[in-house]
Amino acid sequence: MAAGTIPWERVRRAGSKLTTPLHPDDYLRLVNPLWTARELRGRVEKVVPETDDAATLVIRPGWGWHYEHRPGQYVGIGVQVDGRFQWRSYSVSSPPQRRGRTIAITVRAMPEGLLSTHLVSGLEPGTIVRLALPEGDFVLPDPPPERMLFLVGGSGVTPVMSMLRTLERRGALRAGGPDVVMHYSSPSAERMIFREELEALADRHDTFTLHQLHTDTDGMLELADPERGLDGLCPDWRDRELYACGPAPMLDAIEEHVEAHGDRDRLHLERFSLQLGGEGGEGGTISFRTSGKTIDVDGATTVLEAGEQAGVGMPFGCRMGICHTCTLTLVEGRVRDLRNGDEFGQPNEPVQTCVTAAVGDCVLDI
Amino acid sequence: MAIADVKEYTHLTEDEVEQIGRELDGIRAEIEESRGAADAAYINRMIKVQRGLAAAGRVTLFASNRKPAWAAGTAMLGLAKILENMEIGHNVMHGQWDWMNDPEIHSSNWEWDTAQPAEQWKHSHNYIHHQFTNVLGYDNDIGYGILRMAREQKWHPYYLGQPVYNALLASLFQWGVALHDLDLERIRKGQKDPKVMKRQLRQIVRKGRNQILKDYVVYPALSGRNWKTTLTANATANLTRNLWAYVIIFCGHFPDGAMHFTEEEIEDETRAERYLRQILGAANFKGGPLLHILSGNLGFQIEHHLYPDLPSNRYAEISERVRALCDKYDIPYTTGPLYRQYGQALRTIIKLSVPNHWTSSNDPAPPERSDTADEPSRDRRRRSDEERPPRRVELGAWTRSRDERRHRDD
Repeated sequence: MAAGTIPWERVRRAGSKLTTPLHPDDYLRLVNPLWTARELRGRVEKVVPETDDAATLVIRPGWGWHYEHRPGQYVGIGVQVDGRFQWRSYSVSSPPQRRGRTIAITVRAMPEGLLSTHLVSGLEPGTIVRLALPEGDFVLPDPPPERMLFLVGGSGVTPVMSMLRTLERRGALRAGGPDVVMHYSSPSAERMIFREELEALADRHDTFTLHQLHTDTDGMLELADPERGLDGLCPDWRDRELYACGPAPMLDAIEEHVEAHGDRDRLHLERFSLQLGGEGGEGGTISFRTSGKTIDVDGATTVLEAGEQAGVGMPFGCRMGICHTCTLTLVEGRVRDLRNGDEFGQPNEPVQTCVTAAVGDCVLDI
Repeated sequence: MAIADVKEYTHLTEDEVEQIGRELDGIRAEIEESRGAADAAYINRMIKVQRGLAAAGRVTLFASNRKPAWAAGTAMLGLAKILENMEIGHNVMHGQWDWMNDPEIHSSNWEWDTAQPAEQWKHSHNYIHHQFTNVLGYDNDIGYGILRMAREQKWHPYYLGQPVYNALLASLFQWGVALHDLDLERIRKGQKDPKVMKRQLRQIVRKGRNQILKDYVVYPALSGRNWKTTLTANATANLTRNLWAYVIIFCGHFPDGAMHFTEEEIEDETRAERYLRQILGAANFKGGPLLHILSGNLGFQIEHHLYPDLPSNRYAEISERVRALCDKYDIPYTTGPLYRQYGQALRTIIKLSVPNHWTSSNDPAPPERSDTADEPSRDRRRRSDEERPPRRVELGAWTRSRDERRHRDD
């Protein structure tokens, strides 16, 4: 594939002489929506229901995608809802495949999640979505550690599933390989995503042990309990690499417990929800990624003013939200439109800096 | 006549002006609220049609030695260029579609099919022209530094050639636009930073070179033996686009009734007064839906100037509400058929090529208000100091001595 890519790139570059100021991809995508590398795209091939409120989306990425994500990483997915692209990040649940043609992400519909509900129940196969390349440090090292303990809650199972599938595909779960213990909490058996696959995995491999906890009937995991806690489930947990993924309160409790009774350096966490900084979340530290400058601001200072105070060469025009000359990409964090209180905080969202102020810490691409 | 105060010109009280501002803000909020999938489908469809036309035109012109193919190919290519510049490029770069959050249709990275680099356009047009619309000495679009388009601009024998410059500008419009952000007037006066100018010129040359290569080298070369006819076809398409864009743009601010302003107007101008200046400074033209699409909906120039970043496909419905608002407050709303609007602009070009006293002004009479028409006209002369209400003179407690303050507290 790599050998074939280079001349093809060259053809497209030559073609841009014909299509300037556009790219050939801008025309080709009108023939086939996946024939463009300008923005990463994918076509939803299948929507597989996992539980009542969760589904796996099998997506075929278009040009420019690299299938070599590291197990445990997440991808950004952008879906047009009411004309507007909404972006969220989800863990890839399929294992990395060099010759792959599709990736899978598993999504649980959140009660107030506009996009997750749309993805689980409103997405037709054939829909074209936007994608962002895999990211994240919650990954399985290669070679894998000799002993691992996965602590998973709810839909936090998805990155772990990618890790387990990778281990099995590489033949690492055979006797003599790494020893893997997984503790999986979910309200009930029916709500457990990938339950059958995990049970089958445990049956096939002696090196993989699965504990299930149904919190509706059995209560939450009591980490410190000598019988039902970590010491009871997995007495040698202090000698294992710990991977935890799930709701924020669960991760907080695990972090606290490991800090007190184990080795914090061996704990790897994946947080799904944004951490909101401080009361009200007004103001914060704005970082300007390319120029490497940062500044602390209150919630009334516009991003543009902040950048100018920090000495960044900010583009600007009317300074009243009309001309859009000042638009920059917000890489991380949230900003609020001071005119109407609208908040913008999706990854890589373009924002008008002259009328927005930071809501917590932000990173801008300039 | 240039207007120094929009409130005074329109006979409106401060409260009325603020009320108009609130109503116009309300229209904006409603449109913003209702943007949705249908609008997104509109711009995507427009882009699809435009790129389809461009591709079909280019392919047809490979057979440009046949007359019908030459005509069809030229028409499709010219149409594609017009749509790209007017309804797509201009409007996308205004940020009209930024709300879709689609990086492929976004003001920050759109590059249009004309010689001017998008970045320079966004400065000279979105900022300078839309912010300082029709303010003498600020808005370079009053004559583009080449023509004399306001009676307040000083006459010079150079302007005798104005009809010729106008014809040249019309046929080479994309190159005129390309040089626009250089600000010819400041170069002439020696006020331009040479470093900035060099940087801008380099950007223009890089973009312009690719445009020329594409239309006059690469596609003719690909047509093989038909290179000559393909070249003439491409030149014709470019010329058509130039003339069309020129006519539409000259109908925006040069017909009679589109007023100019002095810099006193923009001193302490409120948001609502700014709205009024945009209404008084712009001119619409009438036409069917196809004409409006081909002109990038700039036939709704007034609405475009009120809301430059609302989607162009909504200007038609906005115009009905703006019109009603203007009628309610007797604010002049300039509109007419395309030929008349352009005819008036052309007349101004010719009239202003000679000194002012040779010709008469075509400025319309200042508006009268229907509800106050029978009342004796308000005295509009400058008031003397005795007639004005006394200015407040107090400066704050720190200017008073301790005794005076104590006395005050009792």
